[in-house]
Amino acid sequence: MHIIKAVALFILLPSAAVAQHDHSATYHAVWLETAYSRHDGQDTAHWDADGWVGGDTHKLWLKSEGEVRDGDSEGEVWALYSRNVSTFWDAQIGVRHDFGIGDRTWLAVGVNGLAPYFFETEAHLLLGEDGTVGARLRQENDLLLTNRLILSPSLELNAVSQANPPHGTGSGLTDATAALQLRYEVNRRFAPYVQLDHQRKLGDTAKRARAAGEPDEDTRVSLGVRWLF
Amino acid sequence: MKSMLLAGFFSLCASVALAETRTYDLTISQVQSTVGGKPVPKIAVNGTIPGPVLRFTEGDEAVIHVTNRLKTPTSVHWHGLLLPGVMDGAPGFNGFKGIAPGETFTYRFPVRQSGTYWYHSHSLGQEADGLYAGIVIAPKTPDPIQADRDYVVLLSDYHQDSAARIQANLKKSSDYYQYKRRTVGDLLKGAHQEGLGKALKSAGEWGKMRMLPTDLSDVTGYRFLVNGLTNAQNWTGLFRPGERVRLRFINASAMTMYDVRIPGLKMTVVAADGRPVQPVEVDEFRFGNAETYDVIVTPREDRAYTIAAESLDREGFALGTLAPREGMTGDIPAHRPRAVLRMGDMNMDVMMRDDPNMDMSQMDHDSGWADTGAPKGAVVLDYAQLKSLTPQSDTRAPTRFIKVVLGGSMERYIWTINGRTFSPQDGIALGYNERVRLIYVNETMMAHPLHLHGMFVQLENGQDTDRLPDKHTVIVPPGQTVSVLLSATEPGDWPYHCHLMFHMQSGMMTTLRVAAPEAGFVPPAAQPAPDHTSHGEGHHAHH
Ligand SMILES: [Cu+2]
Repeated sequence: MHIIKAVALFILLPSAAVAQHDHSATYHAVWLETAYSRHDGQDTAHWDADGWVGGDTHKLWLKSEGEVRDGDSEGEVWALYSRNVSTFWDAQIGVRHDFGIGDRTWLAVGVNGLAPYFFETEAHLLLGEDGTVGARLRQENDLLLTNRLILSPSLELNAVSQANPPHGTGSGLTDATAALQLRYEVNRRFAPYVQLDHQRKLGDTAKRARAAGEPDEDTRVSLGVRWLF
Repeated sequence: MKSMLLAGFFSLCASVALAETRTYDLTISQVQSTVGGKPVPKIAVNGTIPGPVLRFTEGDEAVIHVTNRLKTPTSVHWHGLLLPGVMDGAPGFNGFKGIAPGETFTYRFPVRQSGTYWYHSHSLGQEADGLYAGIVIAPKTPDPIQADRDYVVLLSDYHQDSAARIQANLKKSSDYYQYKRRTVGDLLKGAHQEGLGKALKSAGEWGKMRMLPTDLSDVTGYRFLVNGLTNAQNWTGLFRPGERVRLRFINASAMTMYDVRIPGLKMTVVAADGRPVQPVEVDEFRFGNAETYDVIVTPREDRAYTIAAESLDREGFALGTLAPREGMTGDIPAHRPRAVLRMGDMNMDVMMRDDPNMDMSQMDHDSGWADTGAPKGAVVLDYAQLKSLTPQSDTRAPTRFIKVVLGGSMERYIWTINGRTFSPQDGIALGYNERVRLIYVNETMMAHPLHLHGMFVQLENGQDTDRLPDKHTVIVPPGQTVSVLLSATEPGDWPYHCHLMFHMQSGMMTTLRVAAPEAGFVPPAAQPAPDHTSHGEGHHAHH
């Protein structure tokens, strides 16, 4: 249900209006990645949506990612107010809601922008209802093999201040995911891709996983399509 | 059809009975156009793109009835003409509100000048969608430019996407139309040619700035038209060998600058932006959006010559033909290599701001933008060569210096003047008849053709003060500084903007306000002359 709601929200965003000699016009952009992988003998569907609606300075930023396996979905939805504060950076504030293993809502504060050397960067501090402080850092870069064949490495790091046994997370750095996506941009609106993800649990979280007899790392390959609306 | 007949009737009246009033009827309507495939809604004037060329004689009273048959408001701006503010045709300025659907608005103004100009919409993306055409004004006194033939050569760019769609796409992703970015292969090629260290250093410097050396044009996918005709339709100007042919070049393109040449012919530039200049013989000229150049050519052979305007990003040519008979075509020149911007195109102030420890002495100071790819020995028109034919009437020293910083964020497709996107309450205020120096500082990696409505600026191109050329549109190359002088003799609120359609729409626009003579405007205290000669090229616009 969450997925459907999230996707509907993105697609039903108002269409762009063009300004007449002023810049108060609103625009929108939605990147949606839908992918499939076969993992642990199970079919898994993934989605990763990233979109905004607004003007040059103020934007409503909505994000969602997650996966569906065996009819169970797990993921997160973000709703952020995003304000341009310098040439390459937006400051953001809003909420993140996790669903799946156990619903949880966070207050999120952070930045989104382009770091030198074209690193798309997102860094957010999270404050959970129970007082847990979390953090996420994400970086992504595009390497143009040709103008349409693009290799896109990315890295995500997560950390929390307190262990959360039901989630299997320990305190400190919890996990890192390095991904390599190779996509072919048929045009800017449609790009099929193949992606390799390597996730590794870290520190206390890794220890807990091993103690529970679970793997502390995971590698998978998925096939997907990236859409721009 | 009726309106065209009417227009004909009125112009007949104008030439016979009322020599001093010239009336036109223009109807703006949507048409389905099909250049190269699928039908696309475009905007036409009296059913055609471009619209009819309006012809006047200096001293005429222009009366132009514009009827809006669109579903949205429209407007017509008379580009380069000196006129009362309310007749300038930019909605939101000087009390002009635009022309509502179904409405007819009558523009009425005395024609105070001669030369080649043009008109276009100033509403939304209507100009890009087809609302443009030429204006030719004959001088009252005998024309100093004598010619046997006289043709308007209006260049435009045609896109399958509507202007609104292009704007929305650029906001989604500023490189939406950029398929000529540097690749890993280019880096390896560079490493092979000049060493890995140097190639990485250059890539690193661009990366640190978050700028692309391939930002020559931010919209691609255009077809280029001459007087509305595709290259296959081949617009042809006829001549008899030995005749002097005057070509009135108008760059009415939304987003395209050109390098213009006619292989086999020298072009003598005789007017720039409508104003006569001392003749300069060139092989080619770089042609900014919204500029006009009048050139004289004298084809002597009984053969076809190709007018070749190559887009700066080398995506294509706008082609026309000069020929002794219809149906002939000349050779099409080969495409020149696409320029890649270099460190020398970067604005030094910006570089120093980002990295105060940067060692400039090691830097490559060549400009990629200035490299037109013209063969050795070819003369490419340089702004510095333009020299007014008649002496400037106002040669006062400026009392104020006003910096006009062209900036923006390519990443977000935001373009700014003095750090701000357009807002009606912002602007530059001048006293009536005040004499100022405007210093254009381009902090971006793109060239911006900066256009001022309602007045001409005197381009400080190194010529004597009384021979500075008048311009209504000035190309400010990437990273460069250009200065112009302005006598604020036309009261009103004048739009002042980059003439790249989507730069203007994304904010690169402001207002230049000239107070009424009786307003008693007190200019702010004179500022010391900023040292703008430290930019290497000084104030000489070069290209
Ligand atoms: Cu511009």
